[in-house]
Amino acid sequence: MTTRIYIPGDSAALSVGANRVADAIAAEARRRSVAVEIVRNGSRGMMWLEPLVEIETMHGRYAYGPVKPTNVAALFDAGFLSGDPHPLGHGKIEDIAWLKRQQRLTFARCGVSDPLSIADYCAHGGFMGLEKAAGMAPAAIVEEVTASGLRGRGGAGFPTGLKWRTVLGAKADQKYIVCNADEGDSGTFADRMLMEGDPFTLIEGMAIAGFAVEATKGFVYIRSEYPHAFAMMERAIAEARKTGLLGANIAGSGRSFDLEARLGAGAYICGEETSLLESLEGKRGQVRAKPPLPAIKGLFGKPTVINNVLSFAACPWIIAHGAKAYANYGLGRSRGTQPFQLAGNIKHGGLVELALGITIRELVEDFGGGTFTGKPIRAVQVGGPLGAYFPQKLLDTPLGYEEMLAVKGMLGHGGIVVFDDTVDLARQARFAMEFCAIESCGKCTPCRIGSTRGMETLDKIMAGKDRTKNRELLDDLCQLMTDGSLCALGGLTPIPVVSALTHFPEDFERPAGVRMAAE
Amino acid sequence: MSAHNSASGAAQDGFDEARAREVIDGLKGLQGAALPILHALQREFGYVDQRVTPMIAEALNISRAEVHGAISFYHDFKTAPLGRHVLKICRAEACQSMGVEKLIERLDRMHRLKPGGTSPDGELTIESVYCLGNCALSPAALLDGEPVGRLDNAGIDGIVLQHTGARA
Repeated sequence: MTTRIYIPGDSAALSVGANRVADAIAAEARRRSVAVEIVRNGSRGMMWLEPLVEIETMHGRYAYGPVKPTNVAALFDAGFLSGDPHPLGHGKIEDIAWLKRQQRLTFARCGVSDPLSIADYCAHGGFMGLEKAAGMAPAAIVEEVTASGLRGRGGAGFPTGLKWRTVLGAKADQKYIVCNADEGDSGTFADRMLMEGDPFTLIEGMAIAGFAVEATKGFVYIRSEYPHAFAMMERAIAEARKTGLLGANIAGSGRSFDLEARLGAGAYICGEETSLLESLEGKRGQVRAKPPLPAIKGLFGKPTVINNVLSFAACPWIIAHGAKAYANYGLGRSRGTQPFQLAGNIKHGGLVELALGITIRELVEDFGGGTFTGKPIRAVQVGGPLGAYFPQKLLDTPLGYEEMLAVKGMLGHGGIVVFDDTVDLARQARFAMEFCAIESCGKCTPCRIGSTRGMETLDKIMAGKDRTKNRELLDDLCQLMTDGSLCALGGLTPIPVVSALTHFPEDFERPAGVRMAAE
Repeated sequence: MSAHNSASGAAQDGFDEARAREVIDGLKGLQGAALPILHALQREFGYVDQRVTPMIAEALNISRAEVHGAISFYHDFKTAPLGRHVLKICRAEACQSMGVEKLIERLDRMHRLKPGGTSPDGELTIESVYCLGNCALSPAALLDGEPVGRLDNAGIDGIVLQHTGARA
């Protein structure tokens, strides 16, 4: 009997040796003349357990991790092929509390199925949404997505259904669906995990969007820092074409939709939707002034739906299970689930998909287990490089769009980066300005010049030069960047800066030359 | 390929005009072809030679300024060859929280390598990047396109030793 073994091919797993483990297991099986079939699945998102090896037995899938090549012989000796105990064993995968407590809708298949097997995808509920959408009128699909309360998971939180309705109502000979997979925020990796672990879900979501707004062509714009995700999407698109899930007359609907994966070129700003469209057109990734909205005049001047990976990927579940079922999750005006990403200095980092409304503390303490270094948590940055740094006293804030705004932060793409007590928030504030200066597209002055001036002013404050005067100058500059920038990069860079100044003033008041003790 | 070489005279730096033209012609039919072409040229030659600017402009019927504008805008496109191996180190917040700046200092102190620089033997280029999407296993890096997680002192020393003449 052949035993099926799952070893993730996800980049995170690869970064800690998953390929070497796969080779070692294959070699050991040959040596022992045991028949095994190795499936390279996506990651379950428990990154501290990677490489996480799962064995399929009659009683379910048993998990072992983190496995090193040197553990492999002992695992065979212990009988791991039958799910027997070993110090690296965690029992049945679905009994692991960290996974069990999650509400995985978008990530239901990630780490479970073979990412490139359409048969496996369908066996795990794949394409139910698209099949249903094939029998629905475009307006009915838009209505379903609107009723679900889904808001843009890329960070802006704009109602997805509203965007789709605008594009459906626009008259044009050609419309486009564009997926923003330029996941540039530090502390976020959900898009990457999904593209590597369950790419058909994104394809299905984009095809549903195509049906909904009568668009026949789509692009997935993937950042070049994600070579593996790009390769997986290309292979998945080819598979989907081969089986008629992309192309003409999909699922007997009489509708056509095709898709291309495109590679970014290392510009953070291309995560901004208009800049991404410019880049797809082959130009410098410079922000466009709005209006016109991309929904009216988007890619190549045509009406365009542009959404984040997670927004599209939520749609197959919404259509398959109904808007109401999705809207049952969540808090206030933040409906549905959010794939949160626990990152940075954290013991149990990874992907946690839960209904919006969970608190920061529940995520970083209950799921995350505190810091990796074992030191106290001093600051948590939520929402990427443009998100706020929160102190301990704000960690009980629920994670929802309005709830984050109320504490002068933002949910962003759901990335949560933990820092221990060695962090110097003055340096983090300076980095926010520096990052903005490096990545500014240069089109508007508040962002292009303001970020450099902000960096210089923070240098002066840290060096103890005219602190009162320079603090005033910095406050003024932050206000100007907020009010006067063309897009979110310049407009939101003050968020991390102001949050650091507000919640960690002591870091800006130390005598010059005295930084954090551990620095 | 020898026929092309004799026709165009492949330069010593590895640039081959006929091959570049083939790459451009193969992709120019795509919608918004400029980035796919630039990526393909960089893959082919290891950098984007300035001689391709007028060739792309002509093929796509856009101005040379527009092509130059795209090349100079994106961090990825290099106008000169890099080292044989490239180590991209993430220096964004999640990796900062796990001490990546200390690794950058170590590279400078122990190996005299700085981000943006290449080892004297031309073997290893170090680049700063901002997020590789491996933020739960920080500090993260990409060595010749392959992910490296939980990078530490031993890891970084090993990479330098293995990929530069320093081992001799």
